[in-house]
Formats: sequence, C-alpha cells, structure tokens
Amino acid sequence: MTLTQDPEHAAPEQATRGQRRATRIAEAAGGGWGLVLLKIVLLGLILAFAVFAALVLIRTDQWVPAILVVAVALLAVWVYTGRGRLPAKYLMPGLVFLFVFQVFAALYTGYVAFTNYGTGHNADKDSAVNALMLSAQERVPDSAAYELTIVDQLGELSFLVTDPDGDVQLGGEERPLEDVSDAEMKNGKAVGLSGYTTLKFGDIVAQQAKIADMSVPISSDPNDGVLRTPDGSSAYAYTSKLVYDEAAGTMTDTRSGAVYSDIGTGAFTADDGTELKPGWQITVGFDNFTRAFTEESIRDPFLQVLVWTFVFAILSVLTCFALGLFLAIVFNDPRMKSKKYYRVLMILPYAFPGFLSALVWAGMMNQEFGFLNVVLFGGADIPWLTNEWLAKFSIILVNLWLGFPYMFLICTGALQSIPEDVQEAAKVDGASAWQVFRAIKLPLLLVAVAPLLISSFAFNFNNFSLIYMLTGGGPRDITAGVNVGATDILITMVYKVAFVGSTSDYGLASAFSIIIFILVATISVIAFRRTKALEDLN
Amino acid sequence: MKVTKRSILAFSAIAVTSALALAGCASSTPSSDDKGGDDAAFSGQITVWVDADRADVMKDAAKEFTDDTGVKVSLVQKEFGEIRDQFVQQAPTGKGPDVVVGAHDWLGILVDNGVVAPVELGDRSDEFQQIALDAFSYDGQLYGVPYAIENIGLMRNTDLVSEAPTDFADMVAKGKAAGTDYAFLVGLDPEQADPYHLYPFQTSFGAPVFGQNSDGSYNADDLQIGNDGGKEFAAWLGEQGKAGILNTNITGDLAKENFLAGKSPFFLTGPWNAPAATEKGLNIAIDPIPSAGGEDAQPFAGVQGFFLSAESKNKLAANEFLLNYVGSEKVQTALYEVGGRAPALTAAFDAAVKNDPITAGFGEVGANAVPMPSIPEMGAVWQFWGVTETALINGKGGDPAALWDKMTADVQGAISK
Repeated sequence: MTLTQDPEHAAPEQATRGQRRATRIAEAAGGGWGLVLLKIVLLGLILAFAVFAALVLIRTDQWVPAILVVAVALLAVWVYTGRGRLPAKYLMPGLVFLFVFQVFAALYTGYVAFTNYGTGHNADKDSAVNALMLSAQERVPDSAAYELTIVDQLGELSFLVTDPDGDVQLGGEERPLEDVSDAEMKNGKAVGLSGYTTLKFGDIVAQQAKIADMSVPISSDPNDGVLRTPDGSSAYAYTSKLVYDEAAGTMTDTRSGAVYSDIGTGAFTADDGTELKPGWQITVGFDNFTRAFTEESIRDPFLQVLVWTFVFAILSVLTCFALGLFLAIVFNDPRMKSKKYYRVLMILPYAFPGFLSALVWAGMMNQEFGFLNVVLFGGADIPWLTNEWLAKFSIILVNLWLGFPYMFLICTGALQSIPEDVQEAAKVDGASAWQVFRAIKLPLLLVAVAPLLISSFAFNFNNFSLIYMLTGGGPRDITAGVNVGATDILITMVYKVAFVGSTSDYGLASAFSIIIFILVATISVIAFRRTKALEDLN
Repeated sequence: MKVTKRSILAFSAIAVTSALALAGCASSTPSSDDKGGDDAAFSGQITVWVDADRADVMKDAAKEFTDDTGVKVSLVQKEFGEIRDQFVQQAPTGKGPDVVVGAHDWLGILVDNGVVAPVELGDRSDEFQQIALDAFSYDGQLYGVPYAIENIGLMRNTDLVSEAPTDFADMVAKGKAAGTDYAFLVGLDPEQADPYHLYPFQTSFGAPVFGQNSDGSYNADDLQIGNDGGKEFAAWLGEQGKAGILNTNITGDLAKENFLAGKSPFFLTGPWNAPAATEKGLNIAIDPIPSAGGEDAQPFAGVQGFFLSAESKNKLAANEFLLNYVGSEKVQTALYEVGGRAPALTAAFDAAVKNDPITAGFGEVGANAVPMPSIPEMGAVWQFWGVTETALINGKGGDPAALWDKMTADVQGAISK
C-alpha cells in the first residue's frame, strides 16, 4: 500500500490512511465542531424547505398539510438539536417516510372508499358546474362569425366586432352591442376606436381568463344569444342549453324546461331521476361496501374466485419454497463443483421484470405455435392457457419459475447460518441425512424464513401482474354472463368490476382493497402467531 | 487530529451549496406566486401533453407558436396509454395541462368527467374531413382538433396475388390458389379474439354495434349487435373457424411475422404494419375489405387529435395554438410523416394521398369507415364481445345464434346496470 500524507501533517509514526480515517470518525462521533456545523446546515435546509412548502400550500388554501409540514420540521429540529433522544434520532427519518408513503396512502384509500370518486364524479361541484356551462354553450345555428378586436377603456374590456356585412358594433359584459360609426378600419375590420386602447395579442393573453369568460349580449333580448370568443380574434353567437341558478343551486334546461337540482347524490338530478353529467365527489358512507357484497357481477362468482385465490397463493408459496429449498440444499453441499456459476443461473429468472416474463410465457404457451407445444411436446395440441384447469396449472408453473430464485436465495442464506456443529453432533449420534434435515435443518430454517413465507403469501394473494399478463383472468365461461374467468384472483376481479367497461370507480375499488386488506391481514396475524412457536426452538 | 484544508473546503462547499439552495427557494417563491392567472408572465405559457412519436413535430410547432405570439409552450412527454387517466385525475386540481393529445374514443369518459372544453372551429370546419369531426363530436359539440384518421384495410402481397378480391369467398379462393401456408391472416387473441379487426365482416352482415341518431352520433338505447345479421355473422365465424381461415392462436405478432415471411397473400391490418412490410421489400397494395355478408364491410375508424382542458386558465392561447398551429396543413403533414396515419385536414390528406399509394389505399377504405363509438356504454360491449367471438371461432359453447343472443343479453344487462 502506498502512503499518501498531507504535507503539513507528517505524523512521526506513519499511520495508514485507514487508521487515520478511523481516528477521524471516532473524533467526529465524539462531537467535533464540524459535525455540529453539518447538523446546522442540514437542519437549516430542512427548515427552509418546510417554510417554502408551507408557503406554497397556504397559497393554495391547503392549511392542514401546511401545518403538518411545519410541525414535522419543528419536530426534526427539536429531536436533532438536543442531547439524548437517541431512539428518536434513529427512528425519525424512517417514521416520516413510513407515514408519507405507507400510512398516508392507506388512509387516503380508506377515505376514497367512502366517496363516489370515479367516472362522472371526478372533481368538486364548482368544476362540475364550470364543465356543464362550457359544454352547454351552443353556437346559434347558421349564425355569422364576427371579426373581433378587444378594446379597453379604463380597465373595462369591450368587444369591438365587425360582422360579415361590414357593420361595426361595440358591447361589453351586460352591455348589449351598439352600432359605432367612427371606428378605425383596416382591411374591412374595425381595429380601434377613439377613447379606447386596442389590446395586442400579448395583452389578450395576459387577460385571457377574463376574456374567455366574457359574454356580450347581442341585443337586449336574451334569446338572441351572447357573443363569446374562443381565440381573441373572432367571436361567435352562442346560446346556452343550461341556465345555472346559483342561489337555488339548480340547473334548468332551456329547451325542455326540466329543472335539475342538487339532491345530495353528487349530481344535478331531475324529478324523473335523470342526471346531468359530470357530477361531483361526495362522501357516500358505506354504500361502496354494501355494493361490494350486493353487486351481482361480483357476488355470484365471489366464492369460486376466493377459493382459487387461496389455492393460488398457498400453492405458489409451497411450490416455490420447495424448489428453492431443494436447490439451496443441493448447492450448499460441499461436494458440488462450480456452485458460483450455477447460482448465477438460478437467479436469472429473478432478474427479469415479472410482467415481461409473463408475456414471454404467454407466447410460449400458445396452443398451436408456442414453444412448449411445438418444440418440447413435438407438435402436441395442449391448450395451456385456454383450458380451465390447465390455465390454473400454467399460472402456478410460471409463478414457480418466477418465484423460486427468491426462495433459493433466502434458503441459501438461512442454511449457511445454521451452525455446522449441530449437524455434526447429530451425525455423530447416528442420525440419517433425512433425519438431520427433518429434525434440525428444517426447523432452524423455518425460524428464519417463516416471516418471509407469510409475506410471500400476501404478495401472491395480490399478484395482479402475473394473472393479468398471462391469462387476463381467462379462460372465461361465456355462458356465465359475468366478466370473470377461471384464473381470476380477487384483485383481478376487483380490477374488472371497478375499471373495465371503460368507466372507473375508484370508490368501489378502494372499498374492495380494504376488504382484501382485512383478509390478508387476518391471515398474516394468525400465521405470525403460530410461527412464534418456532422461535422457542432457539 | 486537526482540521485539514480538505475538510474546510468540504464544509465551505456544503455551506455554499446550501446557501445557493436557500437562495433558489427564495427566488422561486415569487414566481409560483403567479398562479392566479392575472399575471402576464405566468399566463404566457401553455402546457401540452404529447406522446413520444408526436413530440418532435410538436416541438417545432411550439417553437413557431412562441416565435409568433410570445406565448411559451411547455411540452410534457407522456406514455400515450396513460394520458387519458392522468388527465382525468389531474385536470380538477387546476394544475393539469391546457392541451392533451388523445384518441376520439376517450371522449365519453372525458366529457362525463367534465375535463374537456368545446372548441369552435369557426369557418374552418369545412377544412377537416367529416368523419374526423364526427368522431371528435359528443352531444353535438366538437371537443378538440383532430389530426389523424386511422383504419384497417386489406393488405395484399402483389407478388402472390395480382388482383384485388371482390368478396370474402373470392379472397379465400385467391389465397388458396396462391399456394401459401395461409389463405388469409388476421391477428386474433386466444382469449379475446379481436372484435376491432373482425368488425368489417360483422357490418357486412348488417350488424353494427349501436344504431345512429340523425346527426350521426351513436344511440346507446339502440343496441343493434344482436339483430339477425349479427346471428348470421355468428354462424359465419363458426364456419370460418372450422375451415381454419380464422384461427385464434394466430396472434397479431404471429400474423405479421407470417405475412412478412410471404406465407400469406392477404393480411387484414392497419397502417402501423405497412412500414415493416415495405422495409422487408414486399410489394403491397391496400384493398377494400372484402364483404362476407353481402353488405359494405365498414371498419372502425380511430381518430387522433388534441383536446382542450375545461380547467385551462389559458383558453385563448390554447385555442389559438390548436386551431392555427395543430390545425395547420404544415403540422398535420408533419404529423402524418412521423405517424403514417392519414391527416384529418383535407388539404393535408389530399397531398398525402397523392404521394403515397398505401396511405391512399387506407384512405379509400376509410371513406367507408364508421367512427368507433366513444359513448361509455361501449365498454360494456367490449367486455363480452371478444370472448364470444373466440368461442364461436373455436366451435365451443353450442349453437352460434343462441350464443350471440346470450352475449347481446349480457351486454344489454351491463349497459342498463
């Protein structure tokens, strides 16, 4: 090793770089002034960011998040400035991120489950009214296009319009059009008026929100319609299909005279029950949960799907674990040569993205042209993905291929941590290889991997991408009349119920995910309780 | 050990960086102040969502727009398939885009969610192809400016078969006479068949999905799919499946591969597969889709375009951009050149057709096409349509007419739910 030294610090005895670094770290851990400075800078950054974020949030009227951000930042300052509070110092970052990315997402899902958020109920009432009024503007049939110049007088905007006959008129918000004679003309278009400033394109863009909202009555008779401009350079005559009465909170259809009112269902509803779309988001209590159990398209196939979900999740864990463990034992044997290379090969399936593998497998399992049938089975006609039972088998097979490397990895790790002397002692006592495995290795191994098996179960319970990419839940029994297939698991069924049919129902989907969460959580808790018994082995 | 020069440097670097970061925060505060929309500096910008293929052309159009008007355009590149849902979710926050690229069959969802605003073409409406305007209309209002029309046609390998077929039987006969592995190819899915590609055959039996109102829009209350023509089509699917002409194991990829390898003279596909065929050196022509049931074989037309957000605070600038830049012949032609889809602007379309027989071929088929329904009820149809076709082609599920009736009842049930 070559020694490099700072010239001004030529130590009498030549300390190695590593030693010096160790000393430095030790000093820093003792609380050098450098560390204090670093701490101040970092905390300053956090505070600055929090103030910035809070300002942005307050400006958009989001008071609760703003207060939370500031509170968390102050808490961080308090935790890291004082002496002691060591556990909090270590836990704080993790807890904050846990809250932001896990707890908040879960709580928000819970909130959405009690709303009607979905297609047709996408935003708040103001947005819905805005959208309804926008689409209600209909151009008066066969009406002319007016050439438009926008003029300004003491901050009040007016439309200076030239109709196709060359007549020039001026009007503004609630000021019907009136003829003007002294307009400045250019190429047959009025471009200016004395006493008024003509707005240039830049000015128009600067005030576009205001201009886009302007409606200039064509005459004192409201039935003639109003002039509006989509682009600031031309104006068209519109009448509105709907009239919004803000005080009464009702929409009136000007043609049929039907009155739509807000009756608390999240949409303007007429007496005969017809709704105007879009509506808006409201909370609906337990409606989504009631629907989850009464919805016909889900109630009927529910039991079948539930059973298959359990079968799939349990078999996936068992097959992957069995194969992974077997391979781990084989590759852990000291007599095995070139283990390294085999191990790399074993991990390959784990290295590909799961959904990609699923797609490739879907191609390989094509009944007529797939690799499996054509090459491995010599042109056989096996309906891997289109027969109800074979499709289930194929799903488990592909998941085995995808999942065993993970089990192989954790089993290898766990096996290597089992002390050799225990095994040797057993051998000396005359135990057979099977007995050693059954009575010593497996229980010790399970202590380490049982929690991972439970998490693997929870993962497979919701293994959406595999099912979706490989079979799409099919094959379907078309005589059943529901959009649920033989390999659909709960989560894919929920997806179909909530999102297929091109409309999205986030409220219902959230309610379902909560139900699934309760299922998985219950099973996991029971399973964890039981694995506690294993820990007594140690 | 004392403090070295190096550590002083490191700390001063951190200090400087953090000071800069703080300064950055401070200076960025007022600029985000402008969200009120009254400030000229902020209003002078529109946000446009485009997909990767369209991005380059839009960059040029945006630059021109900025040079002409001084209004900045912020182009945000998105995955096409994700644009619809992200737009629906983001528009209500008020921070969504002003303009988004999209397909016409999203309209039902977009309108029901109240996220798109009508666009007034004014006297320019005659300059666009009627089918494009029909497709971009919903409830009598035009939402957005279309730029391209896309439909399938019958791709023929002219080295294998020299003449266009007159009807489906003639095509099969010609295909068989060519002596290739397959008489005719169309990509299907083993589970969902492909109602989109099979639709022209269905319409040739006189069975559209929905009836149409007088203004050309689809009437969700008038489900036509289960009429007598539909049942004939169901029986026909079974016959073709039995004869091996239609095969649900030939997926889109396999069909393309086989056609490129010269294993079939006919391939029912869209313009997206034309470049691969010409690159491969195949001599191809685009023929009208042969009728199987005697009536016109009308494929679905898909129309792409740009929508205007209902929540846009910059409607005038966005409108100007849509109408006079996206809707200009130059941009429409440029978009055609990168995408290969026929332009929606008639002038650009005519120029494209003149220069390219393949576009002309698809355009000719497209003259006969009908817009894919954009009403939300269409979702209920897709749900049951493909699996039933698969069962029919594979001869499963018993009597074809009964199966088709069952599907119609299921669709009706899902619509009225």
